[in-house]
Parts: sequence; C-alpha cells; structure tokens
Amino acid sequence: PLTLCFPQVLGWRVAAAVAWSVLLLPVCTAAFVVLSGLDPFHPLRWISNSFNDLYSSYVIFCILLISVVILVISIFNVEFYAVVPSIPCSRLALIGKIIHPQQVIHSVVHAVMGMLVAWCAAVMTKGKFQFLAVACTPSESLDNAVPQMCLNEYHLFFLLSGAFMGYSYSLLYLINNMNYLPFPIIQQYKYLRFRRSLPLLVKHSCVESLYFVRNFSVAYYFFGYIPKVWISTTMDLHIDSKLHPLDTLTGLLDLSLFYHAWLCGVFLLITWYIAWLLFKIYATETHHFPVQPTFAEETDQCLPKILNSNPPLVIKFLALQDLMLLSQYSPVRRQEVFSLSQPGGHPHNWTAISRECLSLLSDLTQRLITQQEAAAANGRAKQPAGELKVSPQTPGAVVTEDMSFQSQRSNIVPRASMSSLVKSSLMPLKTLPGSDVGSPFSSPALNCKMGILDVNSPWHGSAQSPHLIRRGPKLWTSGSDLQTDGSQHESFPVLSAARVGSEAVQPSFIYTWLQNKQEQIKNFLSKRVLIMYFFSKHPEASIQAVFSDAQMHIWALEGLSHLVAASFTEDRFGVVQTTLPAILNTLLTLQEVVDRHFKLPHVSSKPPRISGSLADTSYKTLRFALRASLKTALYRITTVFGEHL
Amino acid sequence: MCSLALFPPPPPPGDITLYEFNNALVCGRLYEQLPLAFQSQLADLPGLTLPKETLKAHSRLEHSTRPAFIHHRESLWKRCLSAWRDVGLCGVLKEIAGAEEEGLQWVKTGSSYALAVCHWLSSLHGSLFPHLSLTSEDMIAAFSQAVDWAGCTIRAFAWHPHTSKFAVALLDDSIRVYNSNSATIPSLKHRLQRNVAAMAWKPLCASILAVACQSCVLVWHLDPTSLSTRPSSGCAQVLSYPGHSPVTSLAWAPSGELLLSASPVNTAMLVWDVSTENCVQLQWFGGGGVTYLAWSPDGSKVLAATPSAVFRVWEAQMWTCERWPTIKGRCQTGCWSPDGSRLLFTVLGESVIYSLSFSEYRGEMQGQVGGSKTASIVADLSETTFETLYGEERIGGEVHSMVWDPTGERLAAIIRGKRCLRPACPRVLPENPPSSRQKGRKPRRGEESGREGSTHPPSFLPVTPLLRILRRGMCPCSLPASSRMNHLSQPPCKVSVFPQSPHYAWSPTGPLGSVSRSSPWDNRVIQGSPGRAPL
Repeated sequence: PLTLCFPQVLGWRVAAAVAWSVLLLPVCTAAFVVLSGLDPFHPLRWISNSFNDLYSSYVIFCILLISVVILVISIFNVEFYAVVPSIPCSRLALIGKIIHPQQVIHSVVHAVMGMLVAWCAAVMTKGKFQFLAVACTPSESLDNAVPQMCLNEYHLFFLLSGAFMGYSYSLLYLINNMNYLPFPIIQQYKYLRFRRSLPLLVKHSCVESLYFVRNFSVAYYFFGYIPKVWISTTMDLHIDSKLHPLDTLTGLLDLSLFYHAWLCGVFLLITWYIAWLLFKIYATETHHFPVQPTFAEETDQCLPKILNSNPPLVIKFLALQDLMLLSQYSPVRRQEVFSLSQPGGHPHNWTAISRECLSLLSDLTQRLITQQEAAAANGRAKQPAGELKVSPQTPGAVVTEDMSFQSQRSNIVPRASMSSLVKSSLMPLKTLPGSDVGSPFSSPALNCKMGILDVNSPWHGSAQSPHLIRRGPKLWTSGSDLQTDGSQHESFPVLSAARVGSEAVQPSFIYTWLQNKQEQIKNFLSKRVLIMYFFSKHPEASIQAVFSDAQMHIWALEGLSHLVAASFTEDRFGVVQTTLPAILNTLLTLQEVVDRHFKLPHVSSKPPRISGSLADTSYKTLRFALRASLKTALYRITTVFGEHL
Repeated sequence: MCSLALFPPPPPPGDITLYEFNNALVCGRLYEQLPLAFQSQLADLPGLTLPKETLKAHSRLEHSTRPAFIHHRESLWKRCLSAWRDVGLCGVLKEIAGAEEEGLQWVKTGSSYALAVCHWLSSLHGSLFPHLSLTSEDMIAAFSQAVDWAGCTIRAFAWHPHTSKFAVALLDDSIRVYNSNSATIPSLKHRLQRNVAAMAWKPLCASILAVACQSCVLVWHLDPTSLSTRPSSGCAQVLSYPGHSPVTSLAWAPSGELLLSASPVNTAMLVWDVSTENCVQLQWFGGGGVTYLAWSPDGSKVLAATPSAVFRVWEAQMWTCERWPTIKGRCQTGCWSPDGSRLLFTVLGESVIYSLSFSEYRGEMQGQVGGSKTASIVADLSETTFETLYGEERIGGEVHSMVWDPTGERLAAIIRGKRCLRPACPRVLPENPPSSRQKGRKPRRGEESGREGSTHPPSFLPVTPLLRILRRGMCPCSLPASSRMNHLSQPPCKVSVFPQSPHYAWSPTGPLGSVSRSSPWDNRVIQGSPGRAPL
C-alpha cells in the first residue's frame, strides 16, 4: 500500500534496499561456497577448488534463483511492516495471530522459499548432497544389471530442513514483532548503521541456525519417515538399504551432515536478515519534507499538510521525525515554521503543526484516562474517580475546572462520560489556538499552574523568580469568585446529565438475568486453569499495547518543545505566544495522567533488561521514553521562558 | 597569546581567593564574611569538610565472594566451566595448564603453549596501546579529570546545571548530594558503585544523576522532595555493556535526551537512551579507547579524546567525526565555548592551551564537523617566576583539567606542575597553609589573563595542581581590554563551574599528602562568588 501513496518517498527506498540486498548476495554465496568445501587437512586444494566452484554454472544459476527468493522476501517485508507493533495481550490472541490467513500465507511462502534456498545450498555444497536421486549402491549379488535410482536421503534432509527454517523464521518474525520498524535514537548514515548491525546479525544467525538444526533433527527423528516414504513412492525411487537411514540416532549423529545443515541455515538466515535489515534502514531514514512549498504542485508534500492529512502511518512517522529534527537542528527551517503567509499574514504553518501535535498528545491523554478508568473499575472499586471529584480543594483541580469553564464559553459541549480532567485537557485544543487568548483568565490560570509545577519541583522554584510564586496566589484570589461560581454553574449540569444518562439505560429484567448468567459462566471458566492460561491478559503486554505508538508522541513533544524554546529568540511575529497556553496546558495534563498511570498497580517503574538480540524490542520501553521526554519538554519550555510565563 | 607572566603573583600564605569584586579578586581567610551584595546572590551552600580519616575505603580487594568460603576442590571440568564463566578462554587455559590431575599431560602442555601464545598476543596488543596493560583502577586514575584521583577524598564533583545543588563522589565510593534549600543530604551507595570516575547531572531534569563506575554506568533517580538520606539501590538504573568498563567519562546531551559514555578499553563510545536503556555503539577504530568526552554547550559537537596521540571531534547530528592527530601526546582535557564554535584543548606533555575553531553551526551542513585546518596556541602556561613578598615562586606546567564558564568570560584550569621555591624563600615549611595573593594588572588587548591558584607545599611534592582562571571576552573572538587575575589557593582536584551566571564556584579540594593535612583548609568546598564584573 505504501508504494501507491508516496512513490517518491518510499518506492525508491524499497527499490534501493532490494538492490543492495541482491548485490550483497554474491558475497554471501562466495563465503558459503568456500566454507561448505571446508577441508582443513588440504588447505590448498580446498581454496583452489572453492575458487573454481565460484565460476561454475551451478553457482551462478543458484545466485539468480536466490535473488528471486530475496525479492519475494523483500516483498513480504514491505507488505508486512508496521511502525506500530501489534502486541498480543493474551496467549489466545497470539495463537489467533499465528493462524490468521495472512500469517499462514507468510509462513507457507517462507517455507517454500526456505526449501528453494536449501536446494541451492545442496547443489552448491555438492558431494553427497547434490541430487535427490542417485544410483543405488550396486548390490553384491550382481544379478540385477539395471542400475536403480535411489532416494538420496541427505538431499531430502536438506530440503526439509530448509522448509523448516523458513517456517521457523516466519514464526519468529511474528512472535518477535520483527515487522516493527524501530526508528533509531540517533541519526547515522546508512552505511554506518549497516556496518554496526552486521556483526550482531551474523552472530544471531549462527546461533539461531544452531537451534533450528537441533529442533529439526528432533522433528526428523520422529517424523522423518513420512516424507521419505511419500517421496520415494511418488517419484518411484528406492530406498537404499545399504546406507544408514537418517531418522535414527546413528544416522543423525553425522558431523558433516550437521555442519552442512547448519551452514545452510546460516546462509539462509543471513541473506534474509540482510534483506530485512536493509529494508529497515532504508525505511527509517529521515526524509526532508519542505515546510513551505516552492511550487504550487508541492503543496501536498509539505510538512503541515502531511501532518494534518491522514497519510499512511509510516509517512506520518517520517514527518514527525522530520519535525523533531528541524526543530532541533535547522534554524532556517524553523524560521519557515514561524513565518506568516504572504497575503493575509496568518501563521498557517505554525498553526497546522501545533494543532496536529496537540491533538496527538490529547488523544494520548484521553486514551490513558480511559485505560485508567478501566483499570480502576476492574480492581480498586473506582477510587480514582472519586479522587477526581473530591479534588477541588487542591489548586490544580480548580485550575482544570476553571479551564473547562472557560471552554464552556466557547460553546463546546463536554461529553458527560468523561471526567473533568479530560474535558479540560481537550477543550483548549478543539478551540482554535488563538481563540482563548482574549479571555483574561487564561494566563493567570496558567500562572497558577506553573506555580504548582514549581512547588512540585523544588529545584525549579529556586531558578524562577520568587515573585512569580508570590503573584500566583494573588491572581488566584482575585479570580476566585469568578471561577467558583463558574465551576458550580457548569458542574451541576454535567452531573445531572450524567445521572440522566445512567437512568436512560435502565436495564430491563432479562438483561440483568443475562448478565448474571454471563458472570456465572465467567466465574466457572476462570476456575479452569487451561482456559485461564490462554485467556489471561498479560498486564505488561496490555500496557505496552497502550503505548505502542508512543514514538509519535515523543517526537511531537520534542518537536513542539524545541520549537517553543527556539521561538523565544527566533519568532519575530510572535506566532507561538498565542498557542503557548494551550501547549502548556496539554503538556501538564498529560504529565498528570502519565504520572498517575505509572502509579497504577502492575506497572513496573523500571524498564526491563533488554537482551542484545537482533529483533528490536524498543517498543516495550516506549512508555519510559515518553515519560522522560515529557518531563524534558516541560523543563525545556519553562527554563527558556522562565519568569516570562 | 597569553602567558603566565601576565598574571598577578599568588596570594599570601593562608589566604584563599574569596570572590571577585569590582573586577578585582579579593583574597582572605575562609571564615571572612562576604560583602552584603554577595550574600543574597550566593545561595547558602554548605561549606563542607571531608576529612580523609572518616572515609573508610573499601577493605575488600576482590570482587568475588570466594575468600569468604572454605576452599573446596572441585573436579577439573567444573573448575574449567566456572573459569569459562568468570574469565573466559584464558581462564580455562590457565586452569587446565595448572591442573594437578594425572593423565592429561598432552592437554596440559597444549594449553600452556596456547596460554603463552595468548600472553604474547596480549603483550603485543599492550605494546600498541600501553594503557591496556593497566589495571582498571590505575586506568581510572590515569585518565580521570581529577588530580590525584587515587589519593584524594573527593573523586568527582558535579554541579546541577539548573539549581544550587551538587554531588560529590568520595573516596569510599559513596556519593553525597548537597542542596542549598534542603537539609537532607542523600548519600548514595550501590553495590556496583565502585571507583567513581565522573558524574553528570542530566540537563533539563530535576533529579537524574549519571555516575561512571568501574563496571557500569549508574543512573540515579533522586526525588528532590524525598526526605530519605539513603536512597535505595532501586532508585538506580544500571547501564552496562560488555567490554565497556571502566567508564571514565560521561557527557549528557545539552538537550537532555542522550547520554554518552566512554571507556579507555573500548574503541566505541556508547550513546544511551537512558529512559529505555537502549544503546548505540559509535565505533571508530584507532586510538585504543576513549578517555574523555565533552559535549559542546550548543549540543552540536562532541570532543572524544583517546589514550593515544589523536582525538576526535564528532558532529552530533549525523555522528560523523574529524580526526585530529596531536604531535606530542594524548589530549588530556578540553572544553567548548558556550556557542560551540571554539574548542580549547591541552595535550599531555605540553604546557600550552590550543584552540580549534569551527565554522558556525548550521543545521544544513549535515555530516560535516567543519573544523579549521590547524589548531593555534592561545595560552602558554610554561613555568614563570613570580616575585612575591615571601620569595620567588615558580608556577606553570601542564593543564590537567579545564572548564569554560557559561557566559564565555572565564576559563578555569588546573595546572599540574612542579612548584619550585627558591632556596632563598623564607617559607619552606610544609606546615604552612597555602598562600594566595592578588594583584591587578592590565594586559594588552587580545590577551587573556586570569587567576591562578597555587599552593605552597615544598618542592618535594612533585605534582602540585594549580587552579587558574583565565579570563576571556564575552565573545571568544574579541578578548577583553581589561581583565583581572586571581588565585585560588587550594590545590583542587576537580574544577567545576557553577552553571548559573553570575555566580561561580570552584571546588578546590586538597590532595591529601602528609603535607597538606596539617593545613586547616583541607578538603573543603569553597564557594567564591566573583559577582558580576562591571564592564
């Protein structure tokens, strides 16, 4: 799908990735040929033989064939990639993913491709592995003059091991979420990134191939006779009785067979992983989106447009990454963001960018709140909801109330189901960023809020001038009468609306009966261990699922905060000032919600140890990155603006 | 070029530099009251005394718990297995070669030969990079920015970038965090926190402190509102990477997102995303390791010094680097101007400060460091004789550590040089407390001047670090017309500039020889506030 929407961005990247992986194939093949002919006792003969083999028509044909395999693998990589990983929350969901038709196709195709690669490997290895059908060893009786064709079990073993490895690769691809495209934490040139990952890739392939061969040997020991008999009957081949059958212990304890199967696995995995790695590197490369279109046709490709439209997710990720980079490194492009439109003088670029970032962040806030409410409803008898209602004594809550009061005036009806906190956070975003500037209340409210932030973080209190904190309460008292009756006015209707809403869905008798039954069944099932095993939600996984796309929010936070910090000196027209209250409000609300999220039960406060594996597991720790960058973003804005806030 | 001759002579014995007032540095006794103008400016930081006797260094020398248990003979295979786990291949070979079991003669001889080959290879490697043959403690002592790291009470020191708070790493591997507006002094201890070589507070954050330890990097999360004096080791994140120890230098990105760590035995420096504990290796072979890191305050460039005569300047967007071979020795220390356009560095074995200028940083020049062709000498700190009331004094030598203050006006440098007192000098007694004196002088335009600090231990103390503060102009290109010189008299082991202009504070702490222990001014952190110089 991505090539259709943005051929200029991604089509070339995919093509380049495929081209490079095909170009690297001869190197891998040469290494394979050299290693497969390993003969430590005759090194000279070994080297000369393998160099002769490199030019043979077999090898060249195999390279062509494997290029096709690489192409197919790359197509699957492109079709299956995701910038937001899908995390199965329970074991049943994982099984569901495995037997999903899409995944079944993936596995079958990979198994076939694995078999093809194994065939090529067998042909290139030569020796006893080369052909499926070989002449039987002549029997001693000599009465049978016609040479019979026998099944070469070594070859069959190779082919089946290839298929097994292809299938295992596909399975691990799913389980380890290898279709996830992690964006690197630092920018680097593609060659350097590739070089950096290569040793890990080789090591990982070697180890994994070892496991695959072991598992396959066990499988072949038990089930090897089935394909053997089947092939020999369909192709009318005999089974050589002189040779040891391979599905016995003595047959499998063959060092040369083991070595070659392992080498074949390493070859297969390395070529496939290289294709995968190159695709990952190319796809996550930064892309420069123009901020201001130079020509009219380019309007669709410039940054504000892309952020506000709904492009494929990867394009949105790239756009946000570009926003983060430009806000951090490029003064010239920042200037374009802060510029006014030529006729009219509206800050369209900034408005579009900030609106999109803020709506992203408030979406996250809302999602977290619903998740927290669900958690509270499950476990702790809805205490947090009570806390929210009680809080008017604390200044923070009053501020939120009063923000919502203010937003009431801008004629947006709050949804009754949401808590007051959500309302307050969402309102200023839905209104146009400039609209609440006129209201005299917005800046004192924020001042109060900043004051609260100061109280929470003592170090900041010392950095900021003390008169701000002194001023905070004063403003606060002056506005208190306004805001108390305001909050009373608006909280009553909301509460009553909620009550009406609950009465409207007054459940009927049958409904309650059904619900009771449902509960009973649930209780019954939950006592069965096996079912619980499959259905139980892994708490860590469900938290990871909530934060699975947090990379977007991290970039939005970084981009926004860097832009705001830079605007202190670079924004000549003052376009950022108008949105500053909304930005701070959103960030602080999110901060509050994220803090509360980390206090939930089952939430570990430390990132898990990351093993140095090839598959990137950074999606598991995104929430910690989000928390850190949120704090940093807040501090960045407040240290730059300091006493001006 | 600036030389030490432009500086005023050191302060009289017993005095230390207290503050700068009206463009002149004022010396006096430590207990003297500061002028009223400064008392409000200067956050009431504690003056702390950390005598060496109370800090008990670690008595256990071995890392393992083995000495605590009764020796038990295991079978050879088990011993080999555990040696493989603990030490690796060399351990296995050594174990087999030293085995007392019978009947394995050829295995024994084979492994002893293999061991000899290993030794030969490692000695070859060591002859290429001599520092690799040091033990990790010696290595930290050699490459740490602290003078006399092994003997000094304070091993590392770090100001918080935003508030009056600082952390001090002590000889006994504990870290204390002092805060101006809180009476609780958290003392941080951790099982892995051994031989602290450097510390760094995370910028744009209230409470995260990264500590470079012998085996890993620890990241402490200290809640500033917490009243606990002994945060649990659960507050620390452990960032370790195989082959990346000991860590001798740390640098946070000024934007607060990334942490760099460097080890003299690892050619790669690691870029950590601390919150997720992800790391990326920045591999660049050659040099044998990375000893010192300095991130430019504008975040655009990073200096990475190596143990051999080459250093690199990385550009921090695409992470490419420029290589700078030096003639004489390794780069000992370096610091960046606040706008990141100029790098000052010193080289071991030369008593001069070099300057390297870089083209102005713009986001468009991706992947280019943009350094000038050659480095120029900006200051010559070779030995200079001062005529003082107390006799002639000679000051000068190699610079051990430097910092440039955030406004770009001052440069503080620790000079590690031989102090020779002329025999005619009346004051040779080791018991004499350090002296300091100041004198105003007006150097020509385009020259630097500054403060210098000196101690007066007699000549038998071979290495005496001096603190010298050079003054530069607001803009590093145009140096000021008027400037001032001064002395901080304590021999410091670590320099650190208080981040909030107009205060500065240095943290001179004494290396504890038998000499200076008699001085009452030992082991103190002194706050001097130069105030805002009227310009």
